[in-house]
Amino acid sequence: MVDTTSTKNPRIGVFVCHCGTNIAGSIDVKKVVEYALTLPNVVHAEDYQYVCSTPGQKKIEDAVKAKNLTGTVVAACSPRLHEPTFRRATQEGGLNPFRFEMANIREQNAWVHMHEKEGATNKAMDAVRIAVAKASLLQDLTPKSVSVEKAALVVGAGIAGMQAALDLANAGIKTYLVEKNPTIGGRMSQLDKTFPTLDCSQCILTPKMVDVGRAENIELMTYSEIEDVSGFIGNFDVKVRKKANGVLSMAEAEAKGIVGGGCNGCGDCDPVCPVIKPNPFEMGMKPRKAIYIYHPQVVPLLYTIDFNTCIKCGLCVTACGEKKAIDLEMQDSFVDLKVGTVILALGYDMFPVEKKAEWGYKKFDNVVNSLEFERLICASGPTGGHLIRPSDGVTPKKVAFVLCAGSRDNTGNAKPYCSRFCCMYSLKHAHQIIEKIPGVQPYIFYMDIRSFGKMYEEFYYRIQDEGTKFLRGRVANILEDPVTKNLHVYAEETLLGRPIDLEVDMVVLAAAVQPSAETERTRRLFGVSCSQDGWLLEAHPKLNPCGTTTAGVYIAGVCQGPKDIPDTVAQAEGAASAASIPIHLGKVELEPYFAQCIEEKCAGCGMCVNLCPYTALSLVDKEGGGKVMQVTEAKCKGCGTCGAYCPGGAIWMQHFTTPQIVAQIDAFLVGGGQ
Amino acid sequence: MAEEFKPKILGIICNWCSYAGADLAGSARTQYPPDIRIVRVMCTGRVDPLFIMKAFIDGADGVLVSGCHFGDCHYLEGNYKAAKRMFLVKSVLRDLGLEDKRLRMTFVSASEGAKWAKVVEDVVKTVTDLGPSPIKEFAR
Repeated sequence: MVDTTSTKNPRIGVFVCHCGTNIAGSIDVKKVVEYALTLPNVVHAEDYQYVCSTPGQKKIEDAVKAKNLTGTVVAACSPRLHEPTFRRATQEGGLNPFRFEMANIREQNAWVHMHEKEGATNKAMDAVRIAVAKASLLQDLTPKSVSVEKAALVVGAGIAGMQAALDLANAGIKTYLVEKNPTIGGRMSQLDKTFPTLDCSQCILTPKMVDVGRAENIELMTYSEIEDVSGFIGNFDVKVRKKANGVLSMAEAEAKGIVGGGCNGCGDCDPVCPVIKPNPFEMGMKPRKAIYIYHPQVVPLLYTIDFNTCIKCGLCVTACGEKKAIDLEMQDSFVDLKVGTVILALGYDMFPVEKKAEWGYKKFDNVVNSLEFERLICASGPTGGHLIRPSDGVTPKKVAFVLCAGSRDNTGNAKPYCSRFCCMYSLKHAHQIIEKIPGVQPYIFYMDIRSFGKMYEEFYYRIQDEGTKFLRGRVANILEDPVTKNLHVYAEETLLGRPIDLEVDMVVLAAAVQPSAETERTRRLFGVSCSQDGWLLEAHPKLNPCGTTTAGVYIAGVCQGPKDIPDTVAQAEGAASAASIPIHLGKVELEPYFAQCIEEKCAGCGMCVNLCPYTALSLVDKEGGGKVMQVTEAKCKGCGTCGAYCPGGAIWMQHFTTPQIVAQIDAFLVGGGQ
Repeated sequence: MAEEFKPKILGIICNWCSYAGADLAGSARTQYPPDIRIVRVMCTGRVDPLFIMKAFIDGADGVLVSGCHFGDCHYLEGNYKAAKRMFLVKSVLRDLGLEDKRLRMTFVSASEGAKWAKVVEDVVKTVTDLGPSPIKEFAR
């Protein structure tokens, strides 16, 4: 039975916070307190400098006991900040914590009406009146405790996802690591060196890749995508699509009874395949076959058939021979996972810098973006580390690096934010060509050099000393000499205050980064919000940078915003730590905002059943004939959509009941007299 | 008209997007007019047409319902359902002889503090231009 009764003679205590001058600076706090005392049901009202402080909380606790309160109201900051604090204080006083209501008079009042003291004070008094009206009708509620599945899911196996998965696995948690590409490693595996230490990127990354491949607690699912997600913290049901890669791993072969078979990465299939396509790992600058691996250090070492281009000639099947690893008829398969928490590490893509047509990317052969440059200068890249310009294969002697190519751009067809790591990698690029090409002259066109990290500024000095020329000015235009294929870079050198026309052999655009193509779809599956640029939104920008507003889903790496490798790894470790907490606790408490059915009012029409996005509602037979709606509490997330629709008013949305909300509306508009 | 008309506007906004966006406007100290009072719900899907009608009967000059962008709803699709209901409520308002501009539904995400300020500014201006709700005359 649903309890729809409320306390007979409510006794409400109101506490108004000054928050130093944050609130008291624009609101007459004393006046709000005096006003509160005139409101029906209010038996106690006081103000305090900082209600969230220990003595402030003690005041709530004491007043609840001394005045025998049935509900508390704190007029202070946002409930999104301090609701848990004051609920606890209310509970300390001996009341049910859900008998607390908050009036937001800081974020949504004092701070946004700083120069309208009268208007702000009136708004604060109204807010208190509205809160008191709700507090008078609040009921005792008990949070629901649910158990947490002892497994975690990490989506994306770049350096962030790998680090997070390793940490979780080392903490004894079964971890599923899902990656869309055939290999783990992500963007970091495409880089040549890392700034400012100049460590070889592959050299520091591949040991981690091997660790991930070997970790007992990690179940690696490469060439896979998230298909569907349901459930909630502690109990996520995730459907993963394993895309058909046409090749059986050794374990899969053994399961099929092929003794000693399966792909061992020998590569016999590669030379016989007649289909040649560009390798996306090499930014399309090196060919691959329809059956391929990205690079020799892939984990898992397993060939993949690209069925979009495979002509199914069967030559690879013959070459593979007794290993019987190739199955040209393989179909996508689905795996259902049950996990307690999730980490999204979805990474980034390069901004399509051809959108900024003035720089001639994809129009002029010798204009490349920085990730293409990484491959061209990398010893394992398409040129074996010999930097050549694409038009004629000649080693360039004058190279221009254009920073902020698409970043910090308010024109509307690029990105307004700073991509953060382009300054540093461009300094590194300048160093690399000086190291490799005698007599080369790098030029860096910059707006500001942002070398903010540990030992970064020192690295900047070093590059200056090595002879790189720095020109402060945004490049206006790049034109190609049609005969020599050299490029003319036009810019204003703002330190000299004059226009320049610089002829160079090659231009490298330090293109902006943007959320990876899959980010939008994946974040929606997990119910994670994004900021206006599409980066995933953290629960709090300062104090909860790894959490999201969906409990049990955490974020790590560049998908939250551009960051370099050290910051990415740090955030991944943070996210892993956060994601392991509910798993180690074994249970979590859910806010008891469930729908309840008032059976006497329910006509059994069933209209609500189809409205529920979580299939939490169902129709069951009523005693004595007819139907009645029933709520599965574990599935209900408390949106209240059913409660807004029920024509009979039979749905009782706990903590957001119709009487409570109507009381709030009445309190605002007609003064809230009982 | 001796006194300047200060409209009474009710905002029913969702906890996850618009309420967070309104908080963000606060942290950024983005100023907007103080003529709105907020009732927080978990999702705009919770907004019963009754709440809106009740507000107008009580004498509200305007009602703003604000939720997540389509596709971003914390509860998957509550905002779609709320948006659909708004068409219904607007047509009822028109039948009653009330300008349907007095009811507005907007979509403000948790990262759009500046947009929230603009929305409130715009709603306050629209309702101020329309003048006091004619329902108040009836009540008298």
